[in-house]
Amino acid sequence: MLSFLIRRIAAAVPLLFGISVLVFLLMAIAPGDFLDVARTQQDIPEEYIERMEEEFALDQPWYARYASWLGNVVQGNFGESWIYRIPVADLLKQRIPATLVLSALSILFALCIAIPLGVLAAIFKDSIFDRLSSMFAYAALSIPEFFLALLAVMFAANTGLFPVGGLTSMDHEFMPFWSRMVDYAHHLVLPTLVLGMGSVASYMRIMRANFLDYIRADFVTTARAKGVGEGRVMFVHVLRNAINPLVSASGFILASLLSGSILVENVMNYPGLGQLIFEALMRQDEFVVVAAVLMGCIMLMLGNLIADLLLAWFDPRIRLDKN
Amino acid sequence: MLKYVFQELVHRPLGAGCLVLLGLMYACTLFSQFLAPYQPTDQDLEKAYHPPTRIVLKNWRPHIQVYEQVDPASARYKAVEGETVPLRFFAPGEEYRFWGLIPAKMRLFQVQKPHRVYLLGSDSTGRDVFSRLLYGAQVSLSIGFIGICITMTLGFVVGGVAGYFGGRADFLAMRLVEFVIAIPSLYLLIALRGALAEYFEPEQMYVVIVIILSLIGWAGAARIIRGMALSLRQRPFVLAAEVMGQSSWKILVRHFLPNLASYLLVAATLSIPAYILAEAALSFLGLGIQEPGTSWGLMLKQAQELKVFTLNLWWLFTPGAAIFITVITFNVLGDVLRDVVDPRQQMGR
Repeated sequence: MLSFLIRRIAAAVPLLFGISVLVFLLMAIAPGDFLDVARTQQDIPEEYIERMEEEFALDQPWYARYASWLGNVVQGNFGESWIYRIPVADLLKQRIPATLVLSALSILFALCIAIPLGVLAAIFKDSIFDRLSSMFAYAALSIPEFFLALLAVMFAANTGLFPVGGLTSMDHEFMPFWSRMVDYAHHLVLPTLVLGMGSVASYMRIMRANFLDYIRADFVTTARAKGVGEGRVMFVHVLRNAINPLVSASGFILASLLSGSILVENVMNYPGLGQLIFEALMRQDEFVVVAAVLMGCIMLMLGNLIADLLLAWFDPRIRLDKN
Repeated sequence: MLKYVFQELVHRPLGAGCLVLLGLMYACTLFSQFLAPYQPTDQDLEKAYHPPTRIVLKNWRPHIQVYEQVDPASARYKAVEGETVPLRFFAPGEEYRFWGLIPAKMRLFQVQKPHRVYLLGSDSTGRDVFSRLLYGAQVSLSIGFIGICITMTLGFVVGGVAGYFGGRADFLAMRLVEFVIAIPSLYLLIALRGALAEYFEPEQMYVVIVIILSLIGWAGAARIIRGMALSLRQRPFVLAAEVMGQSSWKILVRHFLPNLASYLLVAATLSIPAYILAEAALSFLGLGIQEPGTSWGLMLKQAQELKVFTLNLWWLFTPGAAIFITVITFNVLGDVLRDVVDPRQQMGR
């Protein structure tokens, strides 16, 4: 297990290096530099800009800037945000947990709905229920996330059942601990539903297909022939095998969630990484863009790693240390 | 092969239905200038957020109901009892260039000015949502096709070369593929757009989007094509061609391409929705098609206003429904196609 972990992390380093070079290069291709916006703002003192120019080697070609940026990053300095006037690292510390919570909740929500639905659709194959659920899957896969988010905001605005956006209420600071938690939960309901909807459909289709594969497997016939009860056959013999591909699909689903969160967070005004990236790009807050994109990729890699570990834990046939 | 696929497809009710629906949509897009009563930029500030016009029959001729504004602040309109304007078919409207070439005036239907017919209401500056929907379709529906052509070509070249030649080319290509896949696609989209956009005029945004989408989409296809090429390489007919001294390029085009055609067709159909959605997402974020152009994503961006939510101006969300219908049709069609081409791959059906 340990050697697997080390190997995976070692493989991730060149990838992250490549991604940071790419993002940096893309930023360098765009005209202007990191300080263009800061220079036009009159309330930023000139000495400060000069110091920044020196610190991030802005008068040099992009590879030299990259080297200096990398040197700073290794020391934990991601530069500073012009919009918020705080170090990028602090900004990321605020935003990453919000996106993590949203993504994790969405996956959890998707699994909770998709597993029972997929199992039922497979057991009652070709029934009305199966048809309906496959129609639902098509619909959920085809509706654009941002459109769903718009509809959700409209629903919230018209019924008043849920907040229209954000992560906290106005009087959040003054609440006792438990009502604060309830407040968070209340704000998270709609974003989670919206973001998780597409994943429900993907999970459900995978679940159904696998379940059907395993229903026909030899060991299931054996179990039935032995006289094992139908419920036990379905839920112990079939389900436990059929669930594994869901775990390995989670990496792919996390990638789509991270992309989707840019849209959903923007529409629902949710203070996460996606909103940060978009806002920073629009206002050319370039240190933030590079750092936030990198963080998104790290999250995706960690997600994939966790999925692999979980899979090995679920399925004793998989040995991570071999080959 | 393609003929067989097409015949099978037409014989399945779901497949035939999807084909008809898509055919209809693309036909509407081709003739959008004729079908739309107004130019997409044609404003009428007096009639902002106008609700969809009711069509009534008078003397067995279709008329439109006339509305008057009750309260400009909250965009409320009231039907004026008994006052209607006849709808004129094949009447001259604002001049346009049909397919950018032929100057024309004829539109499918018009009403006497200063009245306006709003089949799907109007937006914040009184532009006709129905017309904009038709014009927007030109962008939203074409971008998927153009994108997919570029992507599949790239995917075939990279995947085919990697799978056929193997060795160093294979290693390099696959690392590149992994690299592209490791970045959440919308992050990459946005970053690429940030880098490229400054070099283009806002009117050329369409080109930028196509380039960006194609740069991202090829990776997944290349990986699968490489796998298929790896197995094709060992087949007797490829070996025979090699022995006969056919050039590598010829082998790729003459022997690999026909064998991959069915996969390419299915993959293309199933990935067009991704392009449509990505264009809509970019435009929705304000990073795609810019005013005065129009696309479904851009129209939805303009619907993102508090007024729209609280006053329940549902017609501004029709572009979302249009995207939804298009995407679901392509998805269903792709699944039916896959069943036809490769019955083993069915999702357990």
